[in-house]
Amino acid sequence: MKPFLEVKNLTVEFPTEDGTVQATEDVSFSLDLGETLAIVGESGCGKSVSNMAIMGLHNPKRTQISGSAIFNLESGPIDAINTDSETLRKMRGKTMSMIFQDPMSSLHPYYTVGNQIAEAWHLHNEGSRKTGAKRAAEMLDLVGIPDSHKRINDFPHQFSGGMRQRVMIAMAVVNNPKLLIADEPTTALDVTVQSQILTLLKTMQKEFNMAIILITHDLGVVASIADRINVMYAGRLVEQGTVDEIFYKSVHPYTLGLLGSIPRVDQSIDKRLKTIQGQPPSLIELPSGCAFEPRCEFATHVPKGLCKTSRPETTEKSIGHFARCHLSAAEIYEINRFQKADR
Amino acid sequence: MVKYLTRRLASAILLLFLLTIVVYLIFGILPVDPARISCGIHCNPIAVAGNRHRLGLDVPLYEQWWRFFVGIFAGRTYGDGAARFTCGAPSLGYSFPNNECVTTAIAHAFPFTLSLAVGAFILWMASGIGLGVIAARYRGSFIDRGVTAFVLVGSSLPVFVVGLLVYILAFFLHAIDPISQGIWVSPLSDPIGFFKNFIFAWIALALSYSAIYTRLTRGNVIETSSEDFIRTARAKGLSERRILFKHNLRTALAPLLTNAGLDFGGLLGGAIITETIFQLPGLGEISLKAVLQDYDLPLIVGTTVVAGAFIIIFNLIVDIGYAYLDPRVRVG
Amino acid sequence: MTTPILQVQGLKKHFISTRGIVGRDKSIVKAVDGIDFEVNAGETVGLVGESGCGKTTAGRTIVRLYEPTAGKIFFEGQDISNISKNEMKPLRSQIQMIFQDPYASLNPRQTVGSIISASFVIQKVNPPNGIKIAVQDLLARVGLNPEHINRFPHEFSGGQRQRIGIARALALRPKLIIADEPVSALDVSIQAQVVNLLDDLQDDFGLSYLFIAHDLSVVQHISDRVIVMYLGKIMEIAKTQSLFSSPHHPYTKALLSAVPIPDPEIEKKREHIMLTGDLPSPANPPTGCVFNTRCWKAQDKCRIVAPELLQVGASEVACHFPE
Repeated sequence: MKPFLEVKNLTVEFPTEDGTVQATEDVSFSLDLGETLAIVGESGCGKSVSNMAIMGLHNPKRTQISGSAIFNLESGPIDAINTDSETLRKMRGKTMSMIFQDPMSSLHPYYTVGNQIAEAWHLHNEGSRKTGAKRAAEMLDLVGIPDSHKRINDFPHQFSGGMRQRVMIAMAVVNNPKLLIADEPTTALDVTVQSQILTLLKTMQKEFNMAIILITHDLGVVASIADRINVMYAGRLVEQGTVDEIFYKSVHPYTLGLLGSIPRVDQSIDKRLKTIQGQPPSLIELPSGCAFEPRCEFATHVPKGLCKTSRPETTEKSIGHFARCHLSAAEIYEINRFQKADR
Repeated sequence: MVKYLTRRLASAILLLFLLTIVVYLIFGILPVDPARISCGIHCNPIAVAGNRHRLGLDVPLYEQWWRFFVGIFAGRTYGDGAARFTCGAPSLGYSFPNNECVTTAIAHAFPFTLSLAVGAFILWMASGIGLGVIAARYRGSFIDRGVTAFVLVGSSLPVFVVGLLVYILAFFLHAIDPISQGIWVSPLSDPIGFFKNFIFAWIALALSYSAIYTRLTRGNVIETSSEDFIRTARAKGLSERRILFKHNLRTALAPLLTNAGLDFGGLLGGAIITETIFQLPGLGEISLKAVLQDYDLPLIVGTTVVAGAFIIIFNLIVDIGYAYLDPRVRVG
Repeated sequence: MTTPILQVQGLKKHFISTRGIVGRDKSIVKAVDGIDFEVNAGETVGLVGESGCGKTTAGRTIVRLYEPTAGKIFFEGQDISNISKNEMKPLRSQIQMIFQDPYASLNPRQTVGSIISASFVIQKVNPPNGIKIAVQDLLARVGLNPEHINRFPHEFSGGQRQRIGIARALALRPKLIIADEPVSALDVSIQAQVVNLLDDLQDDFGLSYLFIAHDLSVVQHISDRVIVMYLGKIMEIAKTQSLFSSPHHPYTKALLSAVPIPDPEIEKKREHIMLTGDLPSPANPPTGCVFNTRCWKAQDKCRIVAPELLQVGASEVACHFPE
């Protein structure tokens, strides 16, 4: 059986006066219903850009997109990248939905939350205003906002940050979408509220059997919610695997560096934090070799300066576990073991 | 909301009250004696004193102000004996050069000013918002560039230049008759005559406003279109048209309301240049005459208070309108 | 016992806002409402809490960016809570601040050199080898290229800008640095670099830090002791090790359990304490214990009597029913 969503060779570029920004290049992955895929990376790595492209939210005049994102729906497959804008518009909210980082600025300040949720419902359903309002109240109930019948008449500024994100979620799932893209949904929220929202996302996923793409920079969030993880660096997918593969058997130096550089509340290490030296490259002048090479501690182990000259292809390091690195899984484990022993 | 309104209304009334004091102070301090000016060629100290008494200038300034203030609500009586006459409430004083109550003079002039302001307002709001939205929607296209050129020209030409050009054009087209221009034609009895009387003045007055409102609208619409909630609206699957009209325009036009209200309120005090060029005896025109020809102090005070009152009233209307549009203000 | 470098006693900062013509609608936001703590020489004290808990206000009040409403602040035993601007000036070189947004706190029209040398100029300090050498030394010390002295802030990345902010703070050899969310705007890999830098500088310059942050994992890594704040009050103070291994205040416990751990095995087994509801408004805090509206252990007493900060085990805890 085909997976629900197949993204193939997705490339997004922004032509600018200073040159073309290679926001994402050659991104491929697939996703099933009921599954949560986390896309992890630092700012500017292309994690948001690629998903905005799937949603068709980029300005077509200022963006060049190639590749495909095929949704295998009951009615047949649709390629979201190459379909006409009207079909894509009708898919939004119904087939795929999105929530964003800042729930305050993402809700319209002048309309009540009930109005905004009902608006989304009316787009894909026939029904009276009364039914729309009723549906909005039911959705607020579902996402855990008490007094829903009164609160549908409140404006976004009358809600707290966490409640606003609940409203966003209610609005996103009102038409039972198959895919929910959550772009840093908890980054603007306090940690106690964050865990509430993550729990809510899981509940909604079960309720609607949705696929979720969770975009985040926070590996902690990923560990608790994701089934599979895509790690991105400088516009490319550098590693793809299950949660356990990424956390315990990572085969990419960038992932290993990232994991090493985060302090944890459950471990006190008096040692210095492990760091990744230097800065991410500019997306306009990407190095001709591996984009991570200037910061990579493993590059010296690759013969003939291959990392500087040749861009590594995505290879399957073990079944279902992909990475873009010239080193094999065994070589990475070996070097990593030595480096740990050094400390 | 009720609390907010009461608060705003109270401060508007207070402000109007203060306005009368300030206007009186300014004109009271001016080193000109209206009693002398209105006395004419055959003047002597006794006549001046008589005039001063009739004008009510023989009492201290605060007393003058108090009589004026009371007059607004209760009407006012001037002179004594046979020379007694009364201006009914609301009285804003008596204009000696014109031999009529200020309120009457203003009442005669106001229809011209109101017609001019309303017509121009409709014209510039419709054209400004329309052009602004089109330019924003087709940003970077040749339509947008054309609109930008219009904005540049329209906002850089001063109103007396535009006014004169339009007037000359209308004159040579025989579309305007300088003789009948100053006669009031009611829009109810003769809509076409009314329209003919005002259309060129409207165009002349609206042009620069239109350019400014086009620029504001275009800028606000473009700015709003990069807001997060517009992205949300798109992610919901709304059509571009609906995003523009429901989600974008309301946000983009709310700040415009402030400008529009104040500009309109300001015009109700008289559009001096346009009224003068098109010979419309509105508030601006009679104020100008009162200042330059007659030194008609009561009329100047009256028109100033009326003009100030319009600005304050429209300020209030703008605040209420804004609270209606933006719920965040309501709770405050 | 030596004098602590910073002592805070009963510090309060209330913001009063009035509305209406005669100002009848008065609302008081008790941003910081009576906090006591100290920072010892060479120590790093973490100040944590969620947004609106008053941690940033506390930091700013201590450096007198805000006037304290009540309470005392002692710097090396000297009461600085009421001294004038002029009397404060010499102390400004000894207490420095690092801010969250490195870009907003650097003047975009000034070169890095003039931003950092301004500290010397304002305080009329003449370094032995001249200001330029001193600035270049500082740049090198925080891991920037000393040759970049004539560049402008926008030519640097976020992490580098934070290094500039640190160099500026270090210029006058302060004793105490108040760092307000210094790494929260940075990417994970860059964050680690800056945390390590702060660690190294502490050893080299004998600095004391008051480290204000919402990210408990970073605070845990860098701090010797940790203060947990909620709605303007201190909930718990303890040595880092004991606070993170055995929190006594229910709020601390809930906060810790909410922090996700980047380890799927552990995360699966962990129990999260889900706090219900939202943070109450600081303009209208609950009576009694401020945490009672969200606390699963709250009883009648908690709604009436505000608990004092008392010794429980190795911690100081403000709770009637500590864990």
